[in-house]
Amino acid sequence: MISRRDVAEVAALARLDLTDAEIDHFTEHLVKVLEHAADIEQLDLDDVPPTSHPLPLVNVMRDDVVGSTVDRDEVLAAAPDVDEHRFRVPPILGDEP
Amino acid sequence: MSAEWETVVGLEVHVELATTTKLFSGAPNRFGDEPNTNVTPVCLGLPGSLPVLNRAAVELAIRLGLALNCEVRPSVFARKNYFYPDMPKDFQISQYDQPICVDGWLELPSGVRVGIERAHLEEDTGKSSHVGGADGRLHGSAYSLIDYNRAGVPLLEIVSRPDLRSSEQAREYAEELRAILVATGVSDARMEEGSMRVDANVSVRPAGSDELRTRCEIKNINSFRSLQRAIDHEAQRHIELYESGSAPRLETRHFSEDGRTHTLRSKEESHDYRYFPEPDLVSLDPDPAWVEEIRAALPALPAARRAAVAEATGASHDDATLLVARDLDGLVLAAAGAGAEPDRLLTHAVNNLADGPGCLTAPAFAALVRMETGGELTATQAKDVLAELVASGGDPAVIAAARGYEAMDSSELEALVDAAIADNADAWEKFCAGEDRVQGVFVGAVMKATRGQADGKAVNRILQARRG
Amino acid sequence: MTAIELAAAVRSGHRSAVDVLEEHLARIDEREAEVHAFMTVTADSARASARRIDERVAAGDDPGPLAGVPLALKDNMCTRGVPTTCSSRILEGWRPPYDATVVERAVAAGAVIVGKTNLDEFAMGSSTENSAFGPTRNPHCLDRVPGGSSGGSAAAVAAGFAPLALGSDTGGSIRQPAALCGVVGVKPTYGRVSRYGLVAFASSLDQIGPFASTVADAAVLLEAIAGHDPLDSTSIQEPAPRLLDVLHQGVEGLRIGIIDELASAADPDVAARVTAAADALSAAGAKVDRATVPAAVYGLTAYYLIAPAEASSNLARYDGVRYGLRVDGADTTEMMRRTRSAGFGDEVKARIMLGTYALSAGYYDAFYGKAQRVRTLVRRDFAAAYEHFDVLLCATSPSVAFRLGEKADPLAMYRCDVCTIPTSLAGDAAVSVPFGTGADDLPVGVQVLAPALGEPVMFRVAAALEGAAS
Repeated sequence: MISRRDVAEVAALARLDLTDAEIDHFTEHLVKVLEHAADIEQLDLDDVPPTSHPLPLVNVMRDDVVGSTVDRDEVLAAAPDVDEHRFRVPPILGDEP
Repeated sequence: MSAEWETVVGLEVHVELATTTKLFSGAPNRFGDEPNTNVTPVCLGLPGSLPVLNRAAVELAIRLGLALNCEVRPSVFARKNYFYPDMPKDFQISQYDQPICVDGWLELPSGVRVGIERAHLEEDTGKSSHVGGADGRLHGSAYSLIDYNRAGVPLLEIVSRPDLRSSEQAREYAEELRAILVATGVSDARMEEGSMRVDANVSVRPAGSDELRTRCEIKNINSFRSLQRAIDHEAQRHIELYESGSAPRLETRHFSEDGRTHTLRSKEESHDYRYFPEPDLVSLDPDPAWVEEIRAALPALPAARRAAVAEATGASHDDATLLVARDLDGLVLAAAGAGAEPDRLLTHAVNNLADGPGCLTAPAFAALVRMETGGELTATQAKDVLAELVASGGDPAVIAAARGYEAMDSSELEALVDAAIADNADAWEKFCAGEDRVQGVFVGAVMKATRGQADGKAVNRILQARRG
Repeated sequence: MTAIELAAAVRSGHRSAVDVLEEHLARIDEREAEVHAFMTVTADSARASARRIDERVAAGDDPGPLAGVPLALKDNMCTRGVPTTCSSRILEGWRPPYDATVVERAVAAGAVIVGKTNLDEFAMGSSTENSAFGPTRNPHCLDRVPGGSSGGSAAAVAAGFAPLALGSDTGGSIRQPAALCGVVGVKPTYGRVSRYGLVAFASSLDQIGPFASTVADAAVLLEAIAGHDPLDSTSIQEPAPRLLDVLHQGVEGLRIGIIDELASAADPDVAARVTAAADALSAAGAKVDRATVPAAVYGLTAYYLIAPAEASSNLARYDGVRYGLRVDGADTTEMMRRTRSAGFGDEVKARIMLGTYALSAGYYDAFYGKAQRVRTLVRRDFAAAYEHFDVLLCATSPSVAFRLGEKADPLAMYRCDVCTIPTSLAGDAAVSVPFGTGADDLPVGVQVLAPALGEPVMFRVAAALEGAAS
């Protein structure tokens, strides 16, 4: 069953800061939901394939042709911080995984 | 490398595919444009945006897979979830447990066969530049600027099996893979420009064993030479650790230009990417007829091209490799087929065609070499005419005539040789006594008298005749 | 007047689009303060659109089947230059640089967009109480919820603010508010309507669909927006279905199944209406019997693993870098954490964490993986039922509209969707049709379910029910 520590870890993974009270609150919530997961946990479904799509669609592709791009000014006007036509962010700690 | 240890290397290569548009949107796949101009809502990960797969990227992936003898399989796209500012959606659409190509191989020019575990499609990230740190490095920067022009560019990730046994082999593999990518038009694969990125997985083991020990992934390798250096350094580092009673850790390291590798200074983070099938895309099951079409249209691969030119001209392995790398093999083959002497063709191709064929055509090349071997042009004159043919094309005979390169009258030449002999009596005595190397004196004199226009070979023939 | 009647009047020049619009804007003026259906009322641009429609009519053009009809859009559909907030602080004030496909199509059909409606934040909820900007109230009774997550759109139609509205349905978010507000709400077959421009919640479940006061109005709106979109890879190749043509064919000989497994989910007053509906259809010539969809009982559990999982990934992009709220930090990671913590409400955070957990290493197979297999069971069981029945019948919402604040326990709230979730998992079509009232004289909706692409037969039955209800 999901523990308080699991919730704290998962919050970090999801880039959410939680106070201690919030961790307690969310742990309670998640425990309740996952308790119900027990119904399906005991089902033997090894022979049942997972559905990732409700549709029997396959091979949807488009031609390699240039389409319309967005208006850069419009996009940058909606950005929190811009410099030299680029999105500015605080220092990035750590390399790309 | 101590004889007790064997190096084990696998390479992960990412290449940017040569498509017109990005992998999942119609934004232009172009380098060097103004920042954030080649973007659509999809490239920026705007709320509500959706990916649509580029057929050309799939075709190139299949083409490369076939060139590497892979099996092309039904495949599925998956989300690789992690947060990073150059990732517009904070997940990357990639392929995880069902990649498009599997189980191939690449044979190195030296004969070693390297297994290809898989090749799969994925989207590239945006590009961040770091401001305020040392040399634009990430560490110590004050802020970063993100350009999403590159976000969504189609990448093919090609993973080899750990079948490479030295840094030389690894370099050979990377170079041959590059040659295949270029020959098939799949990518321009330039390491310096970032359209080919090589990461090396390096471990060592006792010579003769078949265990696989802890490996380290080395990133930030920017050239074939760096690749070699990085592997050499890393293998040595592992050996030193083992020999001192320690062992390398499973980790990712950066190669820096000082020739060493360093642990990445990233925060401790469990890389749980939480892969799951991409719900916004449907699965890919390439029609066998389409795959066969692509296979049938595959151009001759470098290995086959090298073999063909070597067989037709007697070129050495190194020369054949050079010819194919410069895209001269077709030209040389055609000119040889037209009757030009293979040796001369090869010599010119290797020495005088450093930048490839340019405007030079096979008939012109053949004609030029025929003029040379027929004595109408000296080697120097031929080189001159060749340079003009490369620069602007044309007819070698016309060019030669325009430059006044007419074959010298043989009696004129004999007179010049006799004069040179007369002027250098001591040298002539030595030459007649058997010191062949002094013939340079006479050749030099004749060349000086003719301002370099004389045919050196003809001069030598006359000298031999005079000596008797 | 219905939307169809209004459009006919505008196209023929009998009424001006401007006039129609002003009438609706006046109703909004009158009651919006107490109902709070809207996040943004786009009065000025609506007036400009209405004028253009009138000019086209005057010039002899046909502006389309929705000519001059005011349309409200759930605020999770991108409208260029107009704030699209998903009722979240993290997108407060954000103006998209592009329009959703459905918006383009509705406008091309002549609709006049009158505003963006309130929702549960990022479409997560069943009451619209999770909106970061205050709840919407049920126009029938202001201390009751309108349902959710498309509560604003349902209320807008119920209050007469617009004859037509669009909502999105992931686990019931169109159908349940439709039932609670006494209007028609349709969840089309998955893939019928483009999702391009719909801010994603759970990608394999989300569908945009119509709200209207009548079945025919819902049909005409669905016809206008449905059909293949090359910008959405999950959009099916079929053209928009022909629905108006079949609406009045009646139900003679149709086989209708009442889903056993969902019968006990409904409160007695609601169950009584479902029985009445079955009787009415029987009287109209349909063959009504009991149907079984065994895996339906696992629907809720599977849904509350699949939807949050997909949502946790879909909502990762809200990181303060490119758009929306940013709360500064010493480094990018801190900025992202502070932004998301300040920008997301509790229910959204809970689902993100639940979803992240369900996908994480070691738990994927037991949770997300298992849930997707249960989903296959649900699809198969529906398919088997549809071998014997043309459509299925059940309640939409287990109860009539509840009071604001009544369902504080999240699980109690989740159970609102027990009758709507199974169809979402299957990807099939469903519609909620108002059918009388229940406790406290509040509206009750009855749900008609059809197999994938079964909209025509579904609308036939819906129309028959509507006729019987009146």
